[in-house]
Amino acid sequence: MRDRLPFSPTITRATAVRVLQQISRDRGSTALLLGIPCMLMVLLKLMFHDAEPVFERVGPQVFGIFPVIVMYLVASVSTLRERTTGTAERLLTMPVRRLDVVLGYSLAFAVLALLQAVLSTLLAVGPLGLDIEGPAYLLMVIAMLGALLGLALGLLVSAFARNEFQAVQFLPAGVLPQFLMCGLFVPRDDMYGALSAVARLMPMTYAVQAAGEAATHDGVTGLFVRDSLLILGCVIAVLVASAATLKR
Amino acid sequence: MQHTEHSTALPADLPAVAVYGLEVVRGTHTVLEHVSFTVPRGCTVGLLGPSGCGKTTLLRCVVGVQQPDAGHVQVLGQAAGAWRLRTRVGYVTQAPSVYADLTVLENLRYFAAALGLRGWRREDAVVRVVKEVDLASYADRTVARLSGGQYSRVSLAVALLNEPDVLVMDEPTVGLDPMVRRELWTVFERLTARGTTLLISSHVMDEADRCDRLLLMRAGRLLASADRETLLKHTGCEDVEEAFLYLVRTAAAAEAQARQGPAVDCLLPQLLDQPGAPDAERAFFAADTLR
Repeated sequence: MRDRLPFSPTITRATAVRVLQQISRDRGSTALLLGIPCMLMVLLKLMFHDAEPVFERVGPQVFGIFPVIVMYLVASVSTLRERTTGTAERLLTMPVRRLDVVLGYSLAFAVLALLQAVLSTLLAVGPLGLDIEGPAYLLMVIAMLGALLGLALGLLVSAFARNEFQAVQFLPAGVLPQFLMCGLFVPRDDMYGALSAVARLMPMTYAVQAAGEAATHDGVTGLFVRDSLLILGCVIAVLVASAATLKR
Repeated sequence: MQHTEHSTALPADLPAVAVYGLEVVRGTHTVLEHVSFTVPRGCTVGLLGPSGCGKTTLLRCVVGVQQPDAGHVQVLGQAAGAWRLRTRVGYVTQAPSVYADLTVLENLRYFAAALGLRGWRREDAVVRVVKEVDLASYADRTVARLSGGQYSRVSLAVALLNEPDVLVMDEPTVGLDPMVRRELWTVFERLTARGTTLLISSHVMDEADRCDRLLLMRAGRLLASADRETLLKHTGCEDVEEAFLYLVRTAAAAEAQARQGPAVDCLLPQLLDQPGAPDAERAFFAADTLR
């Protein structure tokens, strides 16, 4: 029984349900989690009110950015809380495997990410009038991938941070450089020397690039698929790494 | 130190917990030093000692969340932390480790699932432990809104879900009022009657009266492993607190002596053997605390 799968579906599902129960208990956090990306989209629209083409370029790109940041924060703090209150240790004295915990968290946050992606996409293409060449659901795909990326990074960081304060400090250290170099401010090809190569190593770059693809091409392009798979691969690698760092 | 041989023993005769030459080092600080003892099945064993003497680390080794630097720990005949022990050993941490933002029932249902219980077995276990720790009237309340005593009873209830053979508890009664403490001890007595082995740490010496056997610890060393009567007879003291202080004094004196003069054979094992008694029921006293 134990060796057939590297995780237990029952325990993983129970963990996901438990995490969702915890989040739903905290109404404020849920509202912030779902509302912040929408609020930022509205802000963006107002900022570029007189520069519609800029909004058309930047609007889709932020779908690969905001979910990363929001999910990173929620995931790192809530898993860190699990470690500091001793519940993680208790779970590991039970027949629970590390992958059960990591996958349970991923599943729960993926549900939230989906809600968040649907909400912000509907808002952007509806009331805000964001016009993209490709189908709108591609924006949802990008937002989901971004959220999963943020979630994975958050889980990993919580292994290295000793408290919530440090986990939050890892945001400017680990996520903001990706934000600056992802191609939103300066096109990647115009970047100074090695920076362009560094940007190519950062997963957020591909989320933004895929968003650009969706905005400028009719239908799903090869580059979009490649970038999406790259991000997904990155998410899986980071999740496995964070399962490995969950110590007994 | 005490060395017992169990290779020929039948599984039923295996002690609940057997610790040999356990050592844990954290940086330059030795947390546990040559700790050896056995806990017979069905016993209530009190692990007593001042705060910071290594009680928690020792218990963590027994449940297998702390890797020893030397020595080994066997629980029910298997290496501590073995997969098959995960449902047979319960662990109650010092700070209650349950989810404060969930209700009592939600906590218990989740941990029951984590223990591999499903369907009616899960519901059955949840209802049983809620009654056992007397939390029925608070079952739907969020744990964060419970009192300190109720909070730690939720944590205890989690450990009882799968009716473990060995229950390891880290200061379960500390900081609770006398009423709640007495209630908890009635729960513990019920568990012992069922055959559960209890390993309970405490820094309150008067809880020793309720234990079958005592482990006295100080600064990472085991001073004594004996039942209460043997301990009192050996030290010539009236109560456990006095006996503990006596052992601490003699150990400290022996340490000072060892520092001054050439090393005497104070590290040689000496057992106060009771003829005919099985190994596990022997009394052990640290060599340098013997008169």
